[in-house]
This record gives sequence, C-alpha cells and structure tokens, in this order.
Amino acid sequence: MALLEIENLHAEVGGKEILRGINLTINPGEVHAIMGPNGSGKSTLAGVLAGREAYQITEGAIRFGGKDLLELEPEERAAEGLFLAFQYPVELPGVNNQYFLRSALNSVRKYREQEPLDGVEFLKLMREKLNILHIDRELMNRPVNHGFSGGEKKRNEIFQMAVLEPKLAILDETDSGLDIDALRVVADGVNALRSPERGFVVITHYQRLLDYIVPDFVHVLAHGRIVQSGGKELALELEAKGYGWLEAGAATPEPVTA
Amino acid sequence: MTQSVQPQKGYLEAFAEFERHVAAGPSWLTPLRKAAISRFREVGLPTRHDEEWRFTNPAPLADIPFQTAKPGQQVVTAAELAPFAFAEMGTTRLVFVDGGYVPDLSSVGTLPQGVTVSSLAEAFAAHHPAIEPHLARIAKFDTAFPALNTAFLSDGAFVHIPKSVVVTEPIHLLFISTASAEPTVAHPRTLIVAEENSQATVVESYAGIGDGVTFTNAVTEIVVAQSANLDHYKLNRESRNGYHVATMQVQMGRESVFSSHSINLGGLFVRNDANATLGAEYAECTLNGLSLVDGKRLVDNHTSIDHALPNCNSHELYKYIIDDQARGVFNGKIYVREDAQKTDAKQTNRALLLSADAQINTKPQLEIFADDVKCTHGATIGQLDPEQMFYLRSRGIPKVEARNLLIYAFAGDVISRIKIAALRDALDAILLAQLPQR
Repeated sequence: MALLEIENLHAEVGGKEILRGINLTINPGEVHAIMGPNGSGKSTLAGVLAGREAYQITEGAIRFGGKDLLELEPEERAAEGLFLAFQYPVELPGVNNQYFLRSALNSVRKYREQEPLDGVEFLKLMREKLNILHIDRELMNRPVNHGFSGGEKKRNEIFQMAVLEPKLAILDETDSGLDIDALRVVADGVNALRSPERGFVVITHYQRLLDYIVPDFVHVLAHGRIVQSGGKELALELEAKGYGWLEAGAATPEPVTA
Repeated sequence: MTQSVQPQKGYLEAFAEFERHVAAGPSWLTPLRKAAISRFREVGLPTRHDEEWRFTNPAPLADIPFQTAKPGQQVVTAAELAPFAFAEMGTTRLVFVDGGYVPDLSSVGTLPQGVTVSSLAEAFAAHHPAIEPHLARIAKFDTAFPALNTAFLSDGAFVHIPKSVVVTEPIHLLFISTASAEPTVAHPRTLIVAEENSQATVVESYAGIGDGVTFTNAVTEIVVAQSANLDHYKLNRESRNGYHVATMQVQMGRESVFSSHSINLGGLFVRNDANATLGAEYAECTLNGLSLVDGKRLVDNHTSIDHALPNCNSHELYKYIIDDQARGVFNGKIYVREDAQKTDAKQTNRALLLSADAQINTKPQLEIFADDVKCTHGATIGQLDPEQMFYLRSRGIPKVEARNLLIYAFAGDVISRIKIAALRDALDAILLAQLPQR
C-alpha cells in the first residue's frame, strides 16, 4: 500500500489559491525531493500535510497509510507517523527540550496504545539517538530551540525525528541557511533513518542537499503544480538550467482571478 | 472624599463591640487602636474614585455586610488542614482560623536558641521587647484597610530572629478562613523581625475552607535589619468567594536582602499591597508575583519600592495568567529619592490572556529624583502563540496538553525562583491541576 497519496490537491490561503492540483504518490522506502522556485507552493504543501490551520483545502484528497489525512488533527497526524521538520523551528522558552520530547513521544505512544516510557527508558533511548546523530547532550537541557543557533535548531528537528521514528518525514527546506558542516550532519541524520518502511519528502530550493540525501524521485513544483518529475538527474539539470524553462509553461492555464 | 457611610458604620459598631468584649493585650495597644479607628472614621472605605482603586472597584467590600469573624466557632480538622499545610516543608507552623490562633493545629519544631515563633498574644504576655518598637510602626495606618486591621488588632503571628541566628527550616504561618452562613471578616496581623545578620524563610499562606463569603484584611510588617536575609512567600488559596485585601510593609536595613514571592491561586477578589522602604545603603529587594485568575475573579497587585538612599537594588517580576472574564491589575511604583544615587531598579510585568474577555490593567509608576540611576520597566501582554501551539501539536502533543505546557512554561519563570524545593514542587502540582482543561 502507498504511504501517501495526494490527489488533485487544491489549497488556498486568505482566498488566494496556492496549490492548484497536486498529484503525488509516495511508497515506503522512497525518498522524494520537491524542488521549485520561491512562492511555488513547496512550504504550503508541507503545511497542508502537517495540518496547519491557515490553509483552506478547496479540492482533492490526501490518504496517509490508507486514512483520510485531512480529517486528522495535527497531533493525530504525528501519532499516525507523519513528521514535519520545520523550515523555521519554533522557540519554546521555558519548555525543557528533554521534557518536551518525552511528552511528545509518550503522547504518540499513548495514541498507539503503547505503554509510556519512564524517565530511565527515555534517557536510554535519547542517548542512543544522540550518539547516532552526533548531537551534544547539553542541547537537551535547554529550552526548546531557545537561544539555539540556526544549525542547532535544524539538528534538533532531525533529533526529534529520530526519536519519534515517523513513517513519513517531510523536511521543509531543512538546508536553508546551513553551512556545509551542519548540512552534512542533517543529511547523515536522514540517511541513518532511511529504511524500507520509511518515506521522505525533501523540500529544497537548491540541489546541494541532494548530493548528500540522494533521492529516488525529483519533482518540480511551479505555480502550485508539479510540472516535471524525474530521477535524481533532474536535480542536476535544474541546477544547471534554473527553473525558468519549466515555470513558463505552468503559469499560463488559469489566470488567477481576485 | 466620597464615602459610604452605612458600611463604615457597621465597622464602627463592630469596633465598639470589639473594644468592650474582645480587645486584649498590653496597655500601649489601646491608644494605637483608638488612633486607627479614628483614622478609619476620617478616611472611610475607598471607592473607585480613589486613584489607588482606579482599576479595582472596592464597592463589594462596602456593600457586603461583613460580620466580624468569631474565632473558635468553626472547628477545622487536621484532614481539612492537610491540603494547605505543606507538611513536607518542615515542622514549624502556626495556624490561625478566622483570625484566632489554634495551638492544637500548630507546631513549633526545634528552632535555634532565642528564636520566637508564636502568636502575638503569647508574645504580648511574655513582654517580648521586639514588639512595641515595631508593631503598627512599620505599617502606617493612614488608609482604610490597614487602619481597620490595626483597630481590631488583638492577636496574630510573631516571628523574631535574633542577631546572627540562621533558621534554615521554613516557618509557615497559615491563616484559614472558614465559611459560615453570614459573610465574615477577619483581620490577621503578622510581625516578622529579622535582626542584624540573621537569616530566615517565612511562608505566609491564606486558605479558605467552605464556599461562604469571607473577607480577609491582612497586614504584615517586616523588619529586615542590617545584613539580614529574609526569604518570604505569600500564598493565596482562599475560596472562590473569598475577598482578600493585604498590606505588606517591609523596612530594610543596610546590606539587607529581602525577597518576596506572591503566589495567587485562589480568592474571588484579591488585592495585595506590597511596599518596601530601602532606607539604608546596599539593600537588595526582590518582589515577584504569579497570579492565576479565572472565572470572574480579580487579582490586583500594587507594589511600591522606595529607594531612599544610594546603592540599592530592586527587582520585580509580576506574571499573570488570565482566563474567562477574569481580571488582573498591576500597579508598580518605584520612588528614587534625591539621595538615592546608583539605584538599580528593574520592573517587569507580563500577562498571558487566555480568552477574549480576559483583562489586565497595568500601570508602571516611576518617580525619579536622582540623576545617576538605572531604572527600567516593561509590560507585555500576550496570548498563546499559535505557532508554538502548532509546533507542539505537530509533535503529537494533544491540544489541551500543548496549551497547558505553554502556560506552565510561562509560569515556570516565577515558580522556578522559589527556593524551598518542597513548596516549589507542591505549587507545581497545584498549578498544573488548576490549569484549564480545554
């Protein structure tokens, strides 16, 4: 069974249509890259999948593991195994990172009718994941993302992903603003989690991240539609030629009316 | 001045009754009480036209016919006391019910030699030398409620820490109001004297048992002498029909350190006046507050810090969590007198509004007459951040828990500053249990 099936998805924000008929199927084990110029709808797609309230779905359907994703609250989507690594991770002053993550994990476990992890069990799991991702343990004793550098925030997202072990992880421009070392850490984290059961959607503006996270499929989003799909070589072509040649065709069909 | 004659008359009659039958204590107290009641007669009860009551309408305090509470009429059992006792904190606890000291519910643990923790009546009887120089002299009775409290003064709590003595275990003063068929008023009085170079921790807590209408009109006088260090906490967990007006007056000596946390979780109508006079150099004063207000409740904190001499520091952090149609008021006065050069004063007020009808009135009031000082104040009012909510929920944390986690984080800033671990843990649990479940 497909992990995620998006069918003719239309979404708008504040009356403005951003997604104009997206079709995409992701199977377990696959890594899909979604590329596209700024304003093409990449982050909107990520937001719609994770359940951001600002978006209005006007048409289409999304099935996640066979369930109607659009019927689920954001926390239910997370518990069903969907994870969004935020483009701009949110700071939570006063909320301890470790406490936050344990609450998240135990909420998800509760939803799945699993026993909660006690403090000792959680610490053990945390240490294990920290070692895989080469993340400083000190990060766990600080308030969530508060006072973190850009790189630390992105690493913290990947760490949360590692602990929550989603079925489908969506990385929303996780590479933006990262230096090459931080980018490698993020990519290593993702690669360590690749498995035949898990799917990834890697949203990026640049091809560079895809040198480190090699995708199975590359899709180009322009004006709210997927205008081109291909293998990993498509990313290289985009890097060389830019988006212009694909955008030109996508803009014409439906003029946006106010 | 506009005043309500009728309710004032009720208090005056009650005073006449009190003077005839109840008033006890040393002879020097009698002229003080008379001076206080005549001051009350003169000023009357405040109305909303008084600047100090601009945001908090004191009308209910005048309109409700409060009868003087009769200590001893209602019996509080140990089981009823337990939720308010914070037994894990220590063994020294004075319990007052409806204004009267209850030895059976109280206990005094092993204290260092010379330390006094007793009822004021006992201390009067023992002719304790630290009382007369301080009682009703630290807190003036020029306004209505302190005047009333002083007029009805016959008992209360007394803590005296002699020079250079350190008391490590917290001293708990617990004032309980019980409900009866008629609305009642009690006037608890507390005097705390920390002599030179001494150190102590005092928790003053107010609790309500039953749902009847009660009014607590408290006055607390605190002396922190030279180089003394006093850590003070005031908790309000009165009933949902509890009216509470409290005045705390602190006098600080040279190089003294005073810190007070005011935690307001109960009561219908709560007004706290916390006033500190930094009357010698190098004193350091901290006033923090956390108020959780819901329903149609009100919590009003008025602070006044008087920097009279140079090189003193003061810090204030008052946080409010306001839900439903509840209201918060914060009025923070800071005076920096002409002589008080090198003053460092910081005042922060933050409110989290959880509903569209929740309200806060905040008014910083800085009066600075010296030119080489550092004074800052800031007030922020906000709601729960939808982006933070979404972030938590996107990690699987359900809406109600996400909300409470953020509210708790907001409060944690004050709770984490509480130095008594047992109290901090207890308040953590009480706070979490009181957060809205929606």
